[in-house]
Amino acid sequence: MEPIIDTSRFPATNAIGDFIRAILPGPVAELANIVLAVLAILTVVGLTPVALIWMERKVAAHFQARLGPMRVGYHGLLQPLADGIKLIFKEVMKPEGADTFVFFLAPILSATASFMVLTVIPFDHHLQVTDPAGGVLYVIAVAGLGIMGVLLAGWSSNNKYSLLGAMRSGAQMISYEISLALLMLLIVLLSGTASLREIVFSQTGTVLDWWIFKFPFFGIIAFVLFLISSTAELNRAPFDMAEAESELTGGFTTEYSGITFAMFFLAEFVNMFMAASLTTTFFLGGFLAPQFGLASLDRMLDAIPGFLWFFLKSYSVIFIYMWFRWTFPRPRVDQLMNLEWKVLVPANFLLLLIAGLFVVMGWA
Amino acid sequence: MTEQQAGLAGDIMENGVAMTVPPGFSIDRREGHTDEYFLNMGPQHPSTHGVLRLMLRMDGENVLEVVPHLGYIHRGLEKIGENQTYLQNIHLTDRLDYLSSHINNLALCLAIEKAMGIGVPERAEYIRVMVCELQRIQSHLLWWGVLGMDLGAITSFLYGFKERELITDIFEEMCGARLTMNFFRPGGSFADVPDTFIPRVRAVVERMKSAIDEYDTLLTNNVIMHLRTKGIGVLAAETALAHGCSGPVLRGSGVAFDVRRSDPYSIYDRFSFDIPVGTVGDCFDRYKVRMEEMRQSLRIIEEAAASFPGGPYRSKKYATYNLPAGSYYSQVETARGLLGVYIEADGGPKPYRIKYRSPSFANLSALNDLAAGHKLADLVPIIATLDVLIPDIDR
Amino acid sequence: MKTQAKNIQGRGYPVERGGFVPDGQVHWSLAGYLTHLVNGCLSLVKGMGLTFGYFSHPGRIITQQYPENRETLVMFPRFRGRLALVMDEAGGAPLCTACGMCEKACPNGSISVLTRRDSGNRKVLGRYLYRFSQCTLCNLCVESCVFGAIRMAQDFELAAYDSSDLQLVLYGKEE
Repeated sequence: MEPIIDTSRFPATNAIGDFIRAILPGPVAELANIVLAVLAILTVVGLTPVALIWMERKVAAHFQARLGPMRVGYHGLLQPLADGIKLIFKEVMKPEGADTFVFFLAPILSATASFMVLTVIPFDHHLQVTDPAGGVLYVIAVAGLGIMGVLLAGWSSNNKYSLLGAMRSGAQMISYEISLALLMLLIVLLSGTASLREIVFSQTGTVLDWWIFKFPFFGIIAFVLFLISSTAELNRAPFDMAEAESELTGGFTTEYSGITFAMFFLAEFVNMFMAASLTTTFFLGGFLAPQFGLASLDRMLDAIPGFLWFFLKSYSVIFIYMWFRWTFPRPRVDQLMNLEWKVLVPANFLLLLIAGLFVVMGWA
Repeated sequence: MTEQQAGLAGDIMENGVAMTVPPGFSIDRREGHTDEYFLNMGPQHPSTHGVLRLMLRMDGENVLEVVPHLGYIHRGLEKIGENQTYLQNIHLTDRLDYLSSHINNLALCLAIEKAMGIGVPERAEYIRVMVCELQRIQSHLLWWGVLGMDLGAITSFLYGFKERELITDIFEEMCGARLTMNFFRPGGSFADVPDTFIPRVRAVVERMKSAIDEYDTLLTNNVIMHLRTKGIGVLAAETALAHGCSGPVLRGSGVAFDVRRSDPYSIYDRFSFDIPVGTVGDCFDRYKVRMEEMRQSLRIIEEAAASFPGGPYRSKKYATYNLPAGSYYSQVETARGLLGVYIEADGGPKPYRIKYRSPSFANLSALNDLAAGHKLADLVPIIATLDVLIPDIDR
Repeated sequence: MKTQAKNIQGRGYPVERGGFVPDGQVHWSLAGYLTHLVNGCLSLVKGMGLTFGYFSHPGRIITQQYPENRETLVMFPRFRGRLALVMDEAGGAPLCTACGMCEKACPNGSISVLTRRDSGNRKVLGRYLYRFSQCTLCNLCVESCVFGAIRMAQDFELAAYDSSDLQLVLYGKEE
């Protein structure tokens, strides 16, 4: 089960990092590299919501037989900019009786948590800030921080709707974290490593070697379950109990306006990208180019850089999230809990059991 | 009736702290209850469809009691009506239940015709039936879209509006308005339908047939939809009758009462249509009844379009309509239920008193029976399937 | 009341309830559970198929780009925009005889017809005031006019920044 990494094809360092190491003394070079990596991530984080806002609006519109934004730029390409400017210049309001410190801490916490997960995502074989051996554990731990932001927002708003939304989302996210963690565990079990980079390399080969197919039939089930759990974890429709516009007006974001609301908005979109990139890493071969066993086609596909493949796969997963959102009605909060505890968790344990069997028998 | 039920605010002691109880609640504090609280839902809540204000007594997510507060859009249409001629009153009925404005117009026209003995030509009767049924479909389409949106499926809103627009276009070409029609007059309508009317109606009927199947795919047959509406807000037939509910709400509870059948006005007795009824009386039954009603309305329209006669569209036009002294009543089946118009005439050109019996008001009164004991989230499909229209309640 | 309900009930037909969520008592069986699960998932997939159908067929888009298509946007002839006077085709004078029927027909008092005496001392239209802010566009004035002298115009961009802009003088000089 030891993942074999062809270091000549997939070096762990990239040219920029090597160049800095060459010109600067050791510790300074490492520090400079980390700063550069963080800057790169901030760029990704900054651009992702911009792309996703546009995508969400256009995809939603076309699912609904509409056109969506068409005025700001070609087919509304600059619409996210307009949205952003609007949100920044709107007045930040705080309800009377709200806990000021917590009220303003909550959106920051929410956004920070979503940024932090991106540090371990392998965008390409040499594009990753850090690759801890227990990367999966880190993801589970940090993603859990996001709940704090939502809970604090609802608690400090001094609004019954906000509180209801926060309590719902607290229960929901904690529950769904379990099935999400179990599914990550499943992949850890199958690939024999908890490092995200090595998980990707455990899927080297053809398309059929991706975990969605490599774990025959059950891989697809696990993939679907992961999609469902992560949708719930993201608080996205159809599982957007925390916002539930038609029930709770705005849920935990009811009292937020302007830039504070924008922070939650940002966190939501970064979270979506984060969940999609985790799905890609765990099930769809991460940055690896799809290979079909046809030499000429494979070489052509392989020539495309890994991070492009990574983004293509991630955005496909995001499209599925959007597809869910613009098709389904929202279940009730207790039905959502039923789904988690009575269907998903037993199913995940069953999958884990089957995976164990596969590993012991050496089938996968 | 206790003081609190009579609508007087009272104070109760909670852990030594006096707590003000909003008016209208019948507080019943049993031992072992956790902390209850009051939640103000509306008048600016997205799923109360307008300016309906609900006060909820809640225990966590559970709704214990609902008290609706009315009057946010009260315009005094009945009082205004006393100062307007009968003809001018017709345009006020547009604003009762604005999604059934043609049917409301018809209700008042029927009363005037009854009082003055005005006959209606054959063509006008056909126009009335077809237009009213189109209006019913149009209203149900909006309801369907909004129901989906309330349940979180925003796409259904746009899909419902897509077909609704076709019907609205027919109305716009016919009478020049899209919402407040003011089309019918005593003895017919103010204008004949344009030549394009029948082809357009046929096209809409064709489109609607496949569209309803699409709606079924998107929402009716969706497992989440079933989870959200089945067994939620069960209204027993006896309770429904006791509250004076009518329309799809009453039929959803299994009572096959439809004014079009029980007291046929216009020429409804000539068309064959069925009255769908529910068996359980929950939100899903009310939903299905409305979906089925759209199909039945299509049947009526198709039949009417096949035998659409020529001839005059309006009988003799009077300069003034002076109703002989006396009281007159007419009732119609709007998209929401029984609309009654009661006129007390004193022989002059204006009514001495005009009273509308609106379906939404009676249907809303059943809300507490439906919602008590359910979750906050269930309140949304309950309100949506009651399909109350606030201007119809407040008038 | 009970018997009445029963009697009426005879004439309706019960709607179908389909079966993802059982109505009565649940008899649990593995086969039944799995069937429900599969059917439920299928219903979701079918719904996704429908929305994807719309996504992949941009031709089905029905919304219009409104201010851009202003030039091509033509209202129906009967569209009730706002009141307008019909002018004599030859002379450009209004057909209105200042009889005041429209003023009487208006439910909201939004019309005032002011007369003047012409050179032959006949009563003719002096000024035609139309308070658009009070108008409900009910069409009763147009119906009441036996001369066909007023009509509903096809304008549809009727909003104004100032309510005084809605006090229109359709004929005659401003004061």
